[in-house]
Amino acid sequence: MYMPKAFKFVFLLVSAVFLLLSNSQAQTVKLGQAISESQLIDFDLVAGPDGSGLPPGSGTAKTGKAVFELKCAACHAANGEGVSGNTRLVGGDMHSESSPLRTVGSYWPHASTVFDFIRRAMPANAPKSLSNEEVYQVTAYVLFLNNIIEEKTILNKESLTQIQMPNKDGFVDLSHLH
Amino acid sequence: MSDKLDRVAGNGLINRRHLLKVGLGGLGSALATNALSADAGLKLKIPQWSQQPGPGTSAYGSPSPFTGQIQRMAGTPDPLYPGGGASRSPLQHLQGTITPNSLHFERHHSGVPAIDPAQHKLVINGLVNQPLVFSYEDLLKYPMVSKTYFLECSGNSGTLFGDTPVDGSAQSMHGLVSCAQWTGILLSTLLDEAGIKAQAKWIAAVGADGASMGRSIPLDKALDDVLIALYQNGEPIRPEQGYPMRLFVPGWEGNISVKWLTQLKLTRQASQFRDETSKYTDTMADRRSLQFTFPMGAKSLITSPSGQMSLPQKGVYKVTGIAWSGAGSIKKVEVSADGGRSWADAIIESPQADKALVRFSIPWQWNGSSAVLQSRATDSAGNIQPSRDALLAERGLISFYHYHGVQSWGISPAGEIKNVYA
Repeated sequence: MYMPKAFKFVFLLVSAVFLLLSNSQAQTVKLGQAISESQLIDFDLVAGPDGSGLPPGSGTAKTGKAVFELKCAACHAANGEGVSGNTRLVGGDMHSESSPLRTVGSYWPHASTVFDFIRRAMPANAPKSLSNEEVYQVTAYVLFLNNIIEEKTILNKESLTQIQMPNKDGFVDLSHLH
Repeated sequence: MSDKLDRVAGNGLINRRHLLKVGLGGLGSALATNALSADAGLKLKIPQWSQQPGPGTSAYGSPSPFTGQIQRMAGTPDPLYPGGGASRSPLQHLQGTITPNSLHFERHHSGVPAIDPAQHKLVINGLVNQPLVFSYEDLLKYPMVSKTYFLECSGNSGTLFGDTPVDGSAQSMHGLVSCAQWTGILLSTLLDEAGIKAQAKWIAAVGADGASMGRSIPLDKALDDVLIALYQNGEPIRPEQGYPMRLFVPGWEGNISVKWLTQLKLTRQASQFRDETSKYTDTMADRRSLQFTFPMGAKSLITSPSGQMSLPQKGVYKVTGIAWSGAGSIKKVEVSADGGRSWADAIIESPQADKALVRFSIPWQWNGSSAVLQSRATDSAGNIQPSRDALLAERGLISFYHYHGVQSWGISPAGEIKNVYA
């Protein structure tokens, strides 16, 4: 079909605008409301191994012992030895002859997980009832019971991120297999 | 008739065309012969229920009282684990591939929260251009897709890692798999709205249950086929499946499809939640542990005849079961009646959809002697379901999750059916 050059250009331009319009029409449903991270400070409990999400505050095993005995020992026993296999927090050896007992000390690869899990899920009958300060204290006590930190070590965002867990190299990452 | 059956594998497996020749009427599942015994004096009459009107409509349907109690099997509550535990689907009583919503398996870490959808929020934050919060009502206005997908708990069939075979049923051993049509919004739609920053590689998904259960998902999967599911088999998703919304991650271990979804946080790395480090990981014989076993392996299971059933007499039975794979669709299911020495292709009775259950069957003539029934699946990626021995050789005996080896049902001369290692 014969078309003068100028007409052709206008035709292409109109087509392009039409395409843009139909594209934007397909995506007009945008109903999310903007929110800021500071508005999510009490809502977002994700604490990662790089320290992201760990809140201000600190605690030591020495202060954590009292909290633990009051709020955790009913299931985990005063020394963390638990009242069942699932509630045991201490001991275990990944290289034991028989099937290894897997606990925070013998199995968990990241210290941040201890903080994150206690804050979101513990105590099981009253999850999220501990203050951030208490979570640091109890985390310190559990790590102390496993001989990973000392009783007086001050656990905070910085020091917790530095902790090397005994089984940190014990995992094979398969996350790329999909 | 039996002498003329076209045998396709050892110990009585019959050409699948045989089913078509004789018709299904005479081959009830786990029913040796026609239920109507030969009776020359038989004369059919109009039944009593055809001679009067029945009750009218009802606001909410329920099963026929003649089906018996088809129910989930729940575990015993543990006071140390309030709301925790699992219930299992009655696989041996179901047919087709869709699990009714009331019978879909459950696994909770802190019970089922009673969520008011008017107050529920879904937040997208972290490494995005604009953190966003969505209401349930607004999410219902988005374009949605409907897909049929299986969901399987990582711990399903884990008892088969044990030294001695438990005396169990298809339900008690394998009932942590179900299949439903899930309807919802593609996660990629909402992520586009928030705008993904270049550094984001993972997404932390968090539920609104007491445990605030969290899991990390690689961003490439999240942008592929992951849904924010709002409906299950056409009705609002059930509370025990995540009402008002759950993440649905097709083909991957069930626990990652976070229920009661309330937060998606884009991050650089995996968040290393408790339920992806200390749980749902598999320790091998060399004591290293596999982390992030995402797609569930190619797997199949004979649901009838199966454990704790019995065969009343010699004769032709319909062997039937289900198969699935997290890596794609099911291409083929083979059945053996001689403990894996010979195999025959089963009929696939359902659509072979991506990451969905399929239903298979094959006719089998039981001659009254010992037999071991097995099935094995092949998926569209070429994965073949391994024997139990092969899986254990690879994984060792410490492992507990992600069992997808072959299930063997042993049949005694008395017709008793038991879980066996063969």
